[in-house]
Amino acid sequence: MTIIDPTDAVPAQRPGDHENTGPLLEVRDLHVEFQTREGVVKAVNGVNYTVNSGETLAVLGESGSGKSVTAQAIMGILDMPPARIPQGEIRFYGKDMLTMGAEERRKLRGARIAMIFQDALSSLNPVLSVGFQLGEMFRVHQGMSRKAAKAKSIELMDRVKIPAAAARVNDYPHQFSGGMRQRIMIAMALALEPDLIIADEPTTALDVTVQAQVMDLLAELQREYRMGLILITHDLGVVADVADKIAVMYAGRIVETAPVHELYKRPAHPYTRGLLDSIPRLDQKGQELYAIKGLPPNLLKVPAGCAFNPRCDKAQDICRTEFPPLVPVTEADGTELPGRASACHFWKETIHG
Amino acid sequence: MADPTKADEPKDATPNVSDVEVAEVHSEEEAVAALDANVERGEPILQVRNLVKHFPLTQGIVIKRQIGAVKAVDGISFDLHQGETLGIVGESGCGKSTVAKLLMSLETATAGEVFYKGQDITRLSGRALKAVRRNIQMIFQDPYTSLNPRMTVGDIIGEPFDIHPEVAPKGDRRRKVKDLLDVVGLNPEYINRYPHQFSGGQRQRIGIARGLALNPEIIICDEPVSALDVSVQAQVINLMARLQDEFNLSYIFIAHDLSIVRHISDRVGVMYLGKMAEVGTDEQIYEYPTHPYTQALLSAVPVPDPEARERRDRIILTGDVPSPANPPSGCRFRTRCWKAQDKCAQEEPLLAIPERFKGSDTPAAHESACHFAEVKDVVHAA
Repeated sequence: MTIIDPTDAVPAQRPGDHENTGPLLEVRDLHVEFQTREGVVKAVNGVNYTVNSGETLAVLGESGSGKSVTAQAIMGILDMPPARIPQGEIRFYGKDMLTMGAEERRKLRGARIAMIFQDALSSLNPVLSVGFQLGEMFRVHQGMSRKAAKAKSIELMDRVKIPAAAARVNDYPHQFSGGMRQRIMIAMALALEPDLIIADEPTTALDVTVQAQVMDLLAELQREYRMGLILITHDLGVVADVADKIAVMYAGRIVETAPVHELYKRPAHPYTRGLLDSIPRLDQKGQELYAIKGLPPNLLKVPAGCAFNPRCDKAQDICRTEFPPLVPVTEADGTELPGRASACHFWKETIHG
Repeated sequence: MADPTKADEPKDATPNVSDVEVAEVHSEEEAVAALDANVERGEPILQVRNLVKHFPLTQGIVIKRQIGAVKAVDGISFDLHQGETLGIVGESGCGKSTVAKLLMSLETATAGEVFYKGQDITRLSGRALKAVRRNIQMIFQDPYTSLNPRMTVGDIIGEPFDIHPEVAPKGDRRRKVKDLLDVVGLNPEYINRYPHQFSGGQRQRIGIARGLALNPEIIICDEPVSALDVSVQAQVINLMARLQDEFNLSYIFIAHDLSIVRHISDRVGVMYLGKMAEVGTDEQIYEYPTHPYTQALLSAVPVPDPEARERRDRIILTGDVPSPANPPSGCRFRTRCWKAQDKCAQEEPLLAIPERFKGSDTPAAHESACHFAEVKDVVHAA
């Protein structure tokens, strides 16, 4: 299979972004499968993407689309077995992490690549104070003393705008509200100033008003530290806010990639179009909502051809037999659209009407 | 022991809701008969007046002393009309789920009344209460925990018939359950399957079928779609809208997703810390919000359109919701409000049409509990 990575071509380099030429993170043809009693679950089937420093890539998909599994593979926190990575590469500054030794990866994890989890309450240890948990980063990775690590924790809590940080450093996770806990998670990810942060549904458990605060904070810190950010979410609204480019996942594959504005204006895959049409709008009262029919596929037996074909309005015979590769999307007259690609046999019809 | 909650019982903050026509009943038979009466479309079917629920905070193990109360719901009033959908939105902890439980009589109210067809259901018991419960059903948030994993779908949907055998005679039940499965778009052949064999969206359909089993008049939906995937959410919302028309239902739709609430609701109430902040039709709330909290809430909603997003001006609230055990004096929103003045700390704003809009027929003239209410369009681009 030829590997096409259209996200590579995105002119996402911001002013002043010259020092690093190569991409920060490159995922190449990644496959992840799980051995279960019922058979092999193919959770990720050939994912390609690239993240540059200072750039935000949003990975969008429903539950079971493989977006979190990809992130866990990058972090190296998959349980293996049952998980297995039969093929693929994950290059961090050009070096394949899958062939690294455990000790070498351990040095990267937390220090160079950090992760923010969805549910802050279950990700934090309830019997240790937040200051201790934040300080652990410094003690383990940098061998700091307890005292110095605590001072650093207070500084970090200030950075993520937790009021009265010095007074709250000895508090336990349950004493914080949901938004504050998520700030602590962000502080922990930020502690060693990593090059890449993976945020797995960072605001899904939060109220809208708090969600806006947390996303703003994350965007601000990312600008300041010029980190790469992979934002995993199912919420098309959150993505529209902060992402530079979007990769839409379905049944373990990327089905469409596009710069953020383009995707919302002109989706090139029927699944993306369906998703956009099925969310009610705040500024207008709709009639009947468009609903994608059917259910997400069972990953034990992904449909032949295009995995989306049983749910697609536009499905033809070719969709049931032939696997659609991710191909670059162009204007009707053939002009290139940088960063855009779609894995649909009928992308032309979908994007150009 | 003195009951401290009685002493500081809140005064009615909604002076201008219409009076309730209380049905005159003297016996249980009359009460049950009154509950069978039909309500015309558009007439109020459920009237909530100054409803209060305080959860006591106690200290001590042997000798319990009450040291305060979590004021989860602190004096709210609203009407639900026959055939309409009333949306209730608010952040977590604002008391919206407690309202649902009070309306279901799953919790006893500390004070206040809930009138269903002119009868106060907070005072009913026995047969009359059972009749009320038949007519007010609920759909729960989490389809993974609200279905018993050891019961088949047929048993789950048929269980209401065990409690209310008058609705379906014994021999007829299986057919009824199959009909219900068909109505909610599931294959009637699935009657002997267990909940774990279904996906999230399908389970929520089972929950809806159970809610419909007794032909209720009111369904209270507590975050019915927030646990579902986006593509499945739309299916369930469309199903609920269709069932409303088909069975002439009235919905109370509780959710935190403002776009979905707008889509399905005829009227919307915005709750903050146990009180209603603003009530109006969907157009009044979304296009002409006058309460600063509603404006902040609306402006914080992520909009799936990057261009509209950049043109909107956003209000980002600072801080968290105060504790309902110790709410701020005066207006409860004042600690996070950018308009707050001394008056807001001293005087509690009533939920009423603001003085300046009174008499005008602009959409801004709807109930809003703010001293400084003014229209601000935050949904559309400035």
